[in-house]
Amino acid sequence: MSDEVKTLDYRPFAPPLPPGRARAIPWVTVAAGSLVAILPAVAQVPLLPPLGLLMLLTWRLLARFSLRPWAPVPLGLFDDMLSGQPLGSAALLWVLCFLAIEAAEARLVVRTFWQDWAMAAALAAAVLAAGRLIAAPLDAPLLLPVAAQALGTALLFPVAARAVARIDRRRNYG
Amino acid sequence: MAPTRDRRPGFSRRRQYGLFAGYVLAVAGAVVALALLIVSALNPSAFAGARMGAASLTAPVSAALASVSSSLAAAPAEVRGWFTVRTENRRLAAEVSAMRSLVIRARAINWENRRMRALLALRDRDGAPVATARLVSSSVSSTRRYAVLNAGRWQGVRPGMPVRGPEALVGRVVEAGPAAARVLLLDDPASIVPVRRTRDGAPAIVAGRGDGLLDVRSVNATDIGFRPGDLFVTTGTGGLYAPNIPVATAIRAGRDTAAARAVADPAGFDLVRVDQPFFPLPPPPLPAQPTGTGK
Repeated sequence: MSDEVKTLDYRPFAPPLPPGRARAIPWVTVAAGSLVAILPAVAQVPLLPPLGLLMLLTWRLLARFSLRPWAPVPLGLFDDMLSGQPLGSAALLWVLCFLAIEAAEARLVVRTFWQDWAMAAALAAAVLAAGRLIAAPLDAPLLLPVAAQALGTALLFPVAARAVARIDRRRNYG
Repeated sequence: MAPTRDRRPGFSRRRQYGLFAGYVLAVAGAVVALALLIVSALNPSAFAGARMGAASLTAPVSAALASVSSSLAAAPAEVRGWFTVRTENRRLAAEVSAMRSLVIRARAINWENRRMRALLALRDRDGAPVATARLVSSSVSSTRRYAVLNAGRWQGVRPGMPVRGPEALVGRVVEAGPAAARVLLLDDPASIVPVRRTRDGAPAIVAGRGDGLLDVRSVNATDIGFRPGDLFVTTGTGGLYAPNIPVATAIRAGRDTAAARAVADPAGFDLVRVDQPFFPLPPPPLPAQPTGTGK
């Protein structure tokens, strides 16, 4: 949206983005979320929420046709390359998230933002817990850091939803 | 809001098949990912080449970001330094005068030590450092504790080399790529270092917990009584780390196991040094060659 026209958001004749770019934008934002792993910080505990996963879930929940059903596989492999988890863990868990959302959507009667938020929080917590079981030995005292990470991810969902909604509007209506 | 009931993409056969193929691809991708996961569980360094190739591309970016962020982060300390310079000066002067006699004694002991070693004709390994580089990023959102080192095979870094900071042990190299390497930090749940207590030489091991602290456990002795403040240094056992590098300080009391904190603070790492392994593993035996074929 251009800034000079504040009162009129609806511009039906503005040209939308070319289809190639419009299809690439969700991929780029998820990959950018995965790239938090290259930030110059040497952390002693898992500090940051998995932003790639958060962007992926947000795109899937808010704009369901923006990513193909198989998109989590390459995006997850990219995340595994950078995150330090064993290769294949994010690819597997992310695509299982997509299938779980499909199954939930087939059963829901109404859709609200609260449901999206609850689904994103539950799936992110499940992915974090499964990733911890895959990556670290079972007797490591990691419950508290992983719980804090899951809580942080859940609290960031509204922010991610606003960002995705903004990008999606720009993507579809110019 | 009404639910989405748009599962059928209309009457176009092409679109219907396309949608179906998407789900087939998703399930096939999940199976492939599971296979990759099993392979990397059985052999953790299976995909090190690809991972470290990617790290070689991202490490220069992280290094550039680090130079910007560290200059920004240093600004408050610089400003504070101007105000505390007098008290700091007085404290340092007192410390120097207190340390003077200690330094003189340490020099005498050091000289005597060298003379004794020469007398014994003791063969010590004192390899030159392999590389000096920065730790530029780490696994911030994973439960593993890896850091990425901004030097790789081109600088001579190989898997298995110990990494130390200016004053203490940092970890060891587990994977090396062309221009980046992955360092297993001390507090990774899979890291174990044999140590001894400086006070009395009691042997122990320092194991990572993953939550920022370390566990120090006694070996082959019970009730050795850890006290807060006990310092642990490497022993050289196992042939990886050179002896007498500080590793951890106990922060709680305990009989056979106690919580400890690493001496080197990874958050403040600037430069780290990669060393040769203390006693490298012997090379694999050469295939038997027929003898007596000289011309």
